[in-house]
Amino acid sequence: MSSRYQKLFQDLTAKKQGAFVPFVTIGDPNLELSFEIIKALIDNGADALELGIPYSDPVADGPTIQSANIRAIAANVMPPDCMDILKRIREYNADIPIGLLLYSNIVFAKGINQFYQTANEIGIDSVLIADVPVRESAPFVKAANDNNVDAIFIAPPNGSETLLKHVAEQGSGYTYLLSRAGVTGTETVASMPIDSVINALKSYNAPPTLLGFGISKPEHVSEAIKNGADGAISGSATVKIIENNLDNPAKLLAEIAEFTKSMKAATQY
Amino acid sequence: MTTQPEEMQKPHLDAYFGEFGGMFVPELLVPALEQLEQEFIKSQNDPEFQKEFEKLLNEYAGRPTPLTLTRNFSPNPLAKIYLKREDLLHGGAHKTNQVLGQALLTKRMGKKRVIAETGAGQHGVATALACALLGLECRIYMGAKDCERQQPNVFRMKLMGAEIIPVTAGSGTLKDAVNEALRDWSATYEDSHYLLGTAAGPHPFPTLVREFQKMIGEEAKEQIVKAEGRLPDYVLACVGGGSNAIGMFNDFIKEESVKLVGVEPGGHGLHTLKHGATICKGTKGILHGAVTYIMQDEFGQIEESYSVSAGLDYPAVGPQHAYLHATGRAEYVAATDKEALDAFQKLCRSEGIIPALESSHALAHAHKLAEAATEETIIVVNLSGRGDKDLAHVSKVLEQGGHYE
Repeated sequence: MSSRYQKLFQDLTAKKQGAFVPFVTIGDPNLELSFEIIKALIDNGADALELGIPYSDPVADGPTIQSANIRAIAANVMPPDCMDILKRIREYNADIPIGLLLYSNIVFAKGINQFYQTANEIGIDSVLIADVPVRESAPFVKAANDNNVDAIFIAPPNGSETLLKHVAEQGSGYTYLLSRAGVTGTETVASMPIDSVINALKSYNAPPTLLGFGISKPEHVSEAIKNGADGAISGSATVKIIENNLDNPAKLLAEIAEFTKSMKAATQY
Repeated sequence: MTTQPEEMQKPHLDAYFGEFGGMFVPELLVPALEQLEQEFIKSQNDPEFQKEFEKLLNEYAGRPTPLTLTRNFSPNPLAKIYLKREDLLHGGAHKTNQVLGQALLTKRMGKKRVIAETGAGQHGVATALACALLGLECRIYMGAKDCERQQPNVFRMKLMGAEIIPVTAGSGTLKDAVNEALRDWSATYEDSHYLLGTAAGPHPFPTLVREFQKMIGEEAKEQIVKAEGRLPDYVLACVGGGSNAIGMFNDFIKEESVKLVGVEPGGHGLHTLKHGATICKGTKGILHGAVTYIMQDEFGQIEESYSVSAGLDYPAVGPQHAYLHATGRAEYVAATDKEALDAFQKLCRSEGIIPALESSHALAHAHKLAEAATEETIIVVNLSGRGDKDLAHVSKVLEQGGHYE
């Protein structure tokens, strides 16, 4: 496991806190503002970052994050630009764990090993590929291991015991716990309880769990933690703030700051 | 890769064709695809299923379809051009074959709802008719741009009780309709079957669709041998996702003397950016669940395909076609919009048959091969669909002096 994730979860446990992890698409709505948004997330209490690389066909995403991808691509943000921004974020903060969340063809086009090598050089801690399930994961996990990057796996609510065992064994860094079926978005809230999946994962010594999909309010975060997750990921709700303030960057950044603070405050247990 | 003990005990199909194929979908959808694979394997070994499928094909859809020797279409007396008449199948295209198979599987899995994507609307129409027949709820995702260019099919689907969802995201064509169908399925897989319309997408669809379309080639082979006393020199089919082509090719793959040619949509020409010739011009990548040839930029962003025919307007191709290309067993060429439109009109005038614009691409290449023939040559073309759905579109194109947009 990357030492950054390890240290994070140790520190949080000592403080009796869960992790709050926001997601945004890099380059949404444009490169410079995106950098400011990510800085605001860090400055206002994000424990780790989950960042998307814009892709033309994000099949696991609902309308909100689809639009973020479209905005970033319209602003001509391509993977090399994302890597530049990631470098600057790592320079800005040496300690925060940074995870990438993206689609397989972006990795494939670059060359699987080459992609993970670059990620490692930049200081990326983990990579989650939305459309690479466990049964297709071998070459990706190998490249991740060879380059010291954590491979993140999704534990779905319909996952069999054997799948969860596999997720526990192959994954490192953290485990992305899916709160419900469907695509990303605030339209359908996270469903709980989640304890049967968490208990299975714990029995197989899986990496700490972050609950994602449908997390948009502080009470979702506290409930996730109360139900046994080690933290929560909020994507569409964060991206919605960007979408709602496209013509007013100052207000956008202020709302991002406020949102991050309120979500982080809900992690105390 | 999954070596769970209880999984190993179940029979599995190979998810790959050489280096192509696979199941690149969100983890959530894997159980639904594996369930489909299991049900498919069971049905293949179940005489009851086979009997029911055949009964539907024969008594409802109108199989076997004839093989017609064209009288006037060939420009060269040395070349005989035969048409496998999938245009005469109920629903107007080959799509009905495999849809009946998948609809039966849906019932066997105890699912009550079907979702599907459609490009030209042919797969949507086939899905709608099968759902009406078998009492399944039906929702069709169709690119907004395609809804416009295929109005009659939208109306047909509605008449048969399907709900049509126009997709405006992205390019508003088949690729985006597939994305939306996948998104729907990831929330509804428990009671819904995603009835994918071509021999592409994640495993087991490429295999399953081929198996439910392979009667095209089996019949054609028997018919041509009966008519000519020998195998043909060429077997041709148009290739978008590739279901009519794989259905046509499958039984001929082992016949090494038969040249298999897939004809891709050349659009405005392969030297332009406006085409859909994924094998001729694409590169290896992952789209809609499979490693295959796709149209993409250097960073892996999917590029929009283009074709005058909505049914071929797709930036990926079935993984078995990628494999047949890579191994050299089949050859893939392109016909432009203009060539397809010329062939369309030529078949109307010379044979009294109005072909689908999709199939017209294969006809265009058959015409070229016939022209070039210097010895007796037998060419079998899969006439995968009829052109009624294209009439408004073609009429508009011709009125504009053949400017194909």
